Amino acid sequence: MSLSELTGSIRSQLTDAVLAIEERSPRRTWMTVRPERIREVARYLFEDAGGRLATMTGVDGRDQIEVLYHFCFDHLGGVVTVRAQAAKPTPEIDSVTPIIEAANWIEREIHDLLGMNFRGHPDMRRLLLADDWPEGLYPLRRDVREKLPNYGRR
Amino acid sequence: MTVKETGKVHRTLLPIGPFHPLQEEAEFFQLTIEGERVVDLDVRLSYNHRGIEQLCTTKTFDQIPFLVERVCGICSASHPLAYVQAVEELAGIEVPERALYLRTIVNELERVHSHLLWVGLAGHFLGYNTVWMWAWRYREPVLDLLEMLTGSRINYANARVGGVRREISNDLWPAVAEKVDEAVAGLDMITKAVLDDPVLHARLKGVGVLSKEDAIRYGVTGPTARASGVPIDVRRDDPYAAYDRVDWEVIVQEEGDVFAKAVVRLLETYESVKIIQQCIAQIPDGPLSAEVREIPPGEGVGHVEAPRGETFHYVKSDGSNFPVRHKIRAPSFVNVPSFKASCIGQLVADVAITLASVDPCYSCTERVAVVRDRSRPEQVFGLDELIRLSQERSAEFRRRLGA
Repeated sequence: MSLSELTGSIRSQLTDAVLAIEERSPRRTWMTVRPERIREVARYLFEDAGGRLATMTGVDGRDQIEVLYHFCFDHLGGVVTVRAQAAKPTPEIDSVTPIIEAANWIEREIHDLLGMNFRGHPDMRRLLLADDWPEGLYPLRRDVREKLPNYGRR
Repeated sequence: MTVKETGKVHRTLLPIGPFHPLQEEAEFFQLTIEGERVVDLDVRLSYNHRGIEQLCTTKTFDQIPFLVERVCGICSASHPLAYVQAVEELAGIEVPERALYLRTIVNELERVHSHLLWVGLAGHFLGYNTVWMWAWRYREPVLDLLEMLTGSRINYANARVGGVRREISNDLWPAVAEKVDEAVAGLDMITKAVLDDPVLHARLKGVGVLSKEDAIRYGVTGPTARASGVPIDVRRDDPYAAYDRVDWEVIVQEEGDVFAKAVVRLLETYESVKIIQQCIAQIPDGPLSAEVREIPPGEGVGHVEAPRGETFHYVKSDGSNFPVRHKIRAPSFVNVPSFKASCIGQLVADVAITLASVDPCYSCTERVAVVRDRSRPEQVFGLDELIRLSQERSAEFRRRLGA
């Protein structure tokens, strides 16, 4: 199977879970999915299609937090990135850790740094933030500087 | 109140670390044992967290390679290469041939010196301090080479978006060949010593096994994956630099134990030598870099096979001078959690070498391992004691085998 064929498969198997899908180059496919369908998408890509979850990226948007799931298809030589968005002020999405253990730490990291809630994560403890770091202060959110205690002081 | 009155045992934790004079990096080893076996494992991270992803959003695209090469001292060529590849993908930049070869040469020299470092560390953990000294002695010509070619033993500042930053003159290739031969002589000696030693066979086979199923579940990469029968290598699977222009093999073993991981690292060092030799023979003349004016809005991913496994970068641009987001995932981030699968059920004396077999990079991952065994009052061991236990176990094998 080529990455192109995989993309075709994704379209036909996941149909309405997929909002958009684009082959930007022979080895890079990018897709946006409905956040409520993320477990189904992750299960398909990992269990059925044999993808490897390389990592996830959390991105702060003005009104939402975006999570990118980067799946490597080593045998095809390609990367499929899945985008899912969750609206603020309480961004949340189902954890895919019950399906893919490789998601465990990275979901904890995105929770720490961006305040994204992963529902059903088996072990949502802090990964990077210190024990005494205040709640509600997310270092990678763009508005964090205003919330820091010494903001505006020289 | 006493144990008799409450039925509870008073638990005392004696932390050693995270900041300890004998440790190179901040690490907190808190080992609680009961009997001799490990039943649970936890990891505490972030003692070395430097906020690099956030810092990257305040640097220009051209400044970032200098920053990210300092994510890690020993895989410092891999991070910048993954980053510039992500930006080149985002911006549709084609890198000239000569630059692809120059990138390959530096990154393979990095793999050689990193694996030799690991062999030394493993030797030390096992009580084979002679292996340690020889491995690090034969690492020196490789570091000398890197200094000759790039100006530094570590942190080479060679990659830039579009190509490489500086020329490496063709006049230097004979010296490269000579120094590489010197390193190979040491590698031959060490490989033979390690692979033929009955004590090491007894000590390392069947130890710290990571099954293929667990390797896939945890998404591990690099030698950790290849030693468990998972045949992945970014250089072959999604070729970059000049890897698809030269002949070399991906080394895979099936047993998943510490011995298999040692075999993978030793044998793939020879493959690195083959790659370097072909590169210096084939490298064409030409420009060192594409002309890069602006980085348009967009996003890209770049991944490379670092010595420890896949390093993965994602970059998002909004057309301004700085990236909007730069995600960095070093291989140890996915490899370290697999401790849970490979350490459970192991003897305490085997924990040090099982942890070391993943070749974890503290700086890349900022982590610490905690080993817990719940059934009796706690004793606490630090890393130095784990190592001592490991060395004693080797000595015991030596006595038993009359070696």
